[in-house]
Amino acid sequence: MTNLLEVRDVVRSFGGVRAVDRASLDVGAGSITSLIGPNGAGKSTLFNIVSGFLRADEGTVSFEGRRIDRLPPHRIAQSGLVRTFQTARALGRMTVLDNVTLAAPRQPGERLLRNVTRSRATRLRERDVRTRAHELLALVRLDGHAHELAATLSGGQRKLLDFARVLMTEPRLVLLDEPMAGVNPVLRGELLEHVVALRESHGVTVLLVEHDLEVVMGVSDQVVVMSDGAVIATGPPDGVRSDARVVDAYLGVEA
Amino acid sequence: MTALLEVAGLESGYGDALVLRGVSLRAERDEIVSLIGPNGAGKSTLLKTIYGLVPARAGSIHLLGREITRLRADRLTHAGVNFVPQVDNVFPTLSVSENLKVSVLPVPRSERADALARVEALFPIVRERARQQAGTLSGGQRKLVALARAVVTQPVLLLLDEPSAGLAPNAVAEVFEKLREIVSLGIGIVMVEQNARRALALSHRGYVLDMGRNAFEGTGGELLGDPNVVALYLGSGAGRTGPPPA
Repeated sequence: MTNLLEVRDVVRSFGGVRAVDRASLDVGAGSITSLIGPNGAGKSTLFNIVSGFLRADEGTVSFEGRRIDRLPPHRIAQSGLVRTFQTARALGRMTVLDNVTLAAPRQPGERLLRNVTRSRATRLRERDVRTRAHELLALVRLDGHAHELAATLSGGQRKLLDFARVLMTEPRLVLLDEPMAGVNPVLRGELLEHVVALRESHGVTVLLVEHDLEVVMGVSDQVVVMSDGAVIATGPPDGVRSDARVVDAYLGVEA
Repeated sequence: MTALLEVAGLESGYGDALVLRGVSLRAERDEIVSLIGPNGAGKSTLLKTIYGLVPARAGSIHLLGREITRLRADRLTHAGVNFVPQVDNVFPTLSVSENLKVSVLPVPRSERADALARVEALFPIVRERARQQAGTLSGGQRKLVALARAVVTQPVLLLLDEPSAGLAPNAVAEVFEKLREIVSLGIGIVMVEQNARRALALSHRGYVLDMGRNAFEGTGGELLGDPNVVALYLGSGAGRTGPPPA
């Protein structure tokens, strides 16, 4: 399996604290990889570095064999590496539907001439975008809210909107930052099935930060464990689950 | 007996949108009450309405028999109610000890030192991280400091919005254990949780909200054993956050 994403010896400090301390990981094309570890382990910092929101002090990040560690976030997103946020962000004064359609690539309306001429191809593409947006909203059960302002959604619903938005971008690699936190358990199961289906049907690769172990153990091909900024274990779910260092640093003992 | 908290027929919302359409709820001292349900059901709005952040449009809220329906949040803090939101629940640029010193201000001056000492005993992190900026704490540590900030006001009722969201399994266990200790002090807890199975397992009572209305209620055990609740709101098992069974 070739690697879609390669992170090598990444270091990032804040003040005197090394939040990420020589972390390396590979994400194989078409795989679902989970990144787990205690709070404060550096998972979100590493996500921010990979997606271009933070610069690494040292080390490299490559996507599809090309270095991306000096690219700005929008260039990384355009190249097909798209992320969600732990605390979801939405454009509150736009409708829920517009939040999703805005994320679609290759929009004819982005070009002045095509916007004015409104050819058949333009109209078709716009119709496809709207159809796809409605499908994705149905998936996250927000179709009933399509024409409401995004600001009226609850915290959990914004998270679901963020999920739909990311899928609308037709990504090659999605970085999901705790997609299930704050989402009700029944919908979690459905979203998870959809993540797996995306990989099967579209070959989308997934890198996931998640604390829900049923989710992690259920869908991951590979689990990467971070603690104190470093990667302390990498392997298939079953191996990681029984690793003494992982139990000690992360799982704890059931009370 | 007078309930700690009695909510009856509560309606509230934002602008044109009515979110709560007649919700009733009861909580006692020494009790953990969990609110579960789909996203957008009105769970967080219920907490915010009880705490006076969203105005009630109909219905009533009583605390130990006294009507508090139209009280503002600052009055409610003095009356013994406190609320911990899911995010933005500490002052990020202040140190941990400064966070506590600000939070203890509603307590009468002569009792502040005692209140701080009790919270330090309950939350060792308050002393261990006293000088650290709260914004640089990890997610789990920050939740504990947010809880400590609420407990230091000496409340009779705590309203918690997803205390375990975003926490690693070992930190979830720690926070839930703290909740147990907090209720043993005679404080009632009403919390919203999507970590529903674990929350119900810890709760004396649970309410399922759906579309702004009460859908189910019962003891934690009753809800966990109700096949309708399981199918509609708890799912098959995805969503259980915790250490794997040995």
